[in-house]
Amino acid sequence: MADKIYRVNITDLTTSIEDVPADWAGLGGRGLTSTIIAAEVEPECHPLGGKNKLVIAPGMLSGTVAANSGRISIGGKSPLTGTIKEANAGGTAAQMLAKLGCKAIVIEGMPKGEGWYNLHITDDSITINEESELIGKGNFAIVDTVTSRMDEKHGIISIGPAGEMKMLSANISIKDPDSHVRSCGRGGLGAVMGSKHIKFISIAPTDAKVEIADQEAFTAANRAFTKALVDNPISQALGQYGSNVLVNIINESGGLPTRNFTSGQFDGHEKISGETMYDTIVERKGKPKHNCHKGCVIQCSQIYNDLNGNYKTSGFEYESIWAMGADCCVDDLDHIAEADHLMDDIGIDSIETSVAMGVAMEGGVLEFGDGAEVCRILKEEVATGSALGRIIGCGAGSVGRAFGVTRVPVVKNQAIPAYDPRSIKGIGITYATSTQGADHTMGYTIATEILGVGGTVDPLSKEGQVELSRNLQIATAAIDSTGMCLFIAFAALDDEHCLPALIDMLNARFGISLTADDVTSLGMSILKTEHAFNEAAGFTNVDDRLPEFFSEEPLAPHNVVWDFTGKEIDTFWDF
Amino acid sequence: MEITVKLFAYFRDGRFIEAASNVSEDTTPQQVITSLDIDLDDVGVIMVNHRHAALDYQLKPADILAIFPKIGGG
Repeated sequence: MADKIYRVNITDLTTSIEDVPADWAGLGGRGLTSTIIAAEVEPECHPLGGKNKLVIAPGMLSGTVAANSGRISIGGKSPLTGTIKEANAGGTAAQMLAKLGCKAIVIEGMPKGEGWYNLHITDDSITINEESELIGKGNFAIVDTVTSRMDEKHGIISIGPAGEMKMLSANISIKDPDSHVRSCGRGGLGAVMGSKHIKFISIAPTDAKVEIADQEAFTAANRAFTKALVDNPISQALGQYGSNVLVNIINESGGLPTRNFTSGQFDGHEKISGETMYDTIVERKGKPKHNCHKGCVIQCSQIYNDLNGNYKTSGFEYESIWAMGADCCVDDLDHIAEADHLMDDIGIDSIETSVAMGVAMEGGVLEFGDGAEVCRILKEEVATGSALGRIIGCGAGSVGRAFGVTRVPVVKNQAIPAYDPRSIKGIGITYATSTQGADHTMGYTIATEILGVGGTVDPLSKEGQVELSRNLQIATAAIDSTGMCLFIAFAALDDEHCLPALIDMLNARFGISLTADDVTSLGMSILKTEHAFNEAAGFTNVDDRLPEFFSEEPLAPHNVVWDFTGKEIDTFWDF
Repeated sequence: MEITVKLFAYFRDGRFIEAASNVSEDTTPQQVITSLDIDLDDVGVIMVNHRHAALDYQLKPADILAIFPKIGGG
């Protein structure tokens, strides 16, 4: 059965299932979402208007038994940044859509009335249904209700109240195997889904399997690939401590943004660290290891229980913990976990919202360190859509404008995550040049600058940083198209068997003969497609800059400033 | 001379989080690591005073030596 494009027009409430155009056949994940957005969306359009589209695509290897291949990509024009956007997550949806033969879902148009809808997708249909019961409800209620309406085997893609209210930090949630949620977090794509009045998409389970052109070669390649992942010591540490193992090493390096980016070290780092989190999880009988999708062999997620041993949150990531922790000076993991849970339920990006809280603290809205007040604001202001809640829910830039704060850590209006670009300079190049606003995952130079993976580059020196960021951004665009989790990169950068095995799997899946150079070309082509969209939307090289406070305020303990010139940054695009 | 040694992740198991240590002049991180019975192959990153340092770096009085296994995230 050939893969199909499932199209939904929400203006006239029609659907269609189309053959995949030849140009799109070799694409998946981010490569496909960005290609469709670039082909079909007017770059100058309003992101929350009828001309924007929401595109949902499993990766090229999703639905196969390839280890760690369960990422789903969602794309559109971002209401937060105004750029093209792709956000990806684990959960069950990517594998389920791929098995149904769904190459992508394209949602277009604008509803004519006030009514809300859900979509239901099977192997030969996509239907639009009126929805009223779940309007105003959080993601956990959606999962519970849809499960009781259908069964627990259905996949769910949903938005919470933040998406309904079109808050610019609204995310899109993906149900995971334990009926919790993972998030396509960044850039406000939940608001795009909300603008189209779609509360959730349910995906029917199937026994179908994706077609593999050469099963024997695929199995052999997956065995080698899985071995590379499992043998990698960083994979093993991720399983034990989660990504939050980074708090202490980034703090030690002097690059942990603290108190709204005014220091590079946080006194309370030990209390929010991966080591403390691991001990807490074990003591409360949670699970240090947990997979967000079937087939993940790294298992960086976890089940974090509250003081009474009851489930509180999972997928408790370094960036969220840093943002609500060090950046807001909250040194209590339970407050951070409560906030993480609330943000998952409201359906709002935990990086953007937490950095927005840090800016709000500087603006005098609440005190630094007041984790209880953060949780109150999330519950009583953001979730209900009060005026303050909407200002915070529209991100760090929104809070800065509303409260007259100039130290606002954003690029293209998207919050800078957990690594200060003054003392870890390569990541600053990624923040500045990313096609999607500040985002560490676009080109994770931390691996080389701090962790010593894929070589070494001095984080405090400018030398080699543009090239490092460029190479990683190109590789990441390709990886984001395969459906692979980005954490395969640690093995890929240091184990010579990993990347060839991944390419072998792609070739065996589709009966093609890609080389490593082809994969690099794919990554370059995706970046150029995205960059061209942004230029047509009105962005120039002047938008590829960090906020001026980074150049003016030295960061302790190294007392360094951001010192790349615009001309130096612009060389990023010389390829 | 006295230095501070910090350990991270599973290097802490059965050892310590942070300790003052009296070492002879010109001691290197490699010597400290070996004295703690940590396998050199398990070491991912060494920092001295918040800067990355090599195994043969010559430690000075009051240095802060941080020793990490191979870890990652993001």
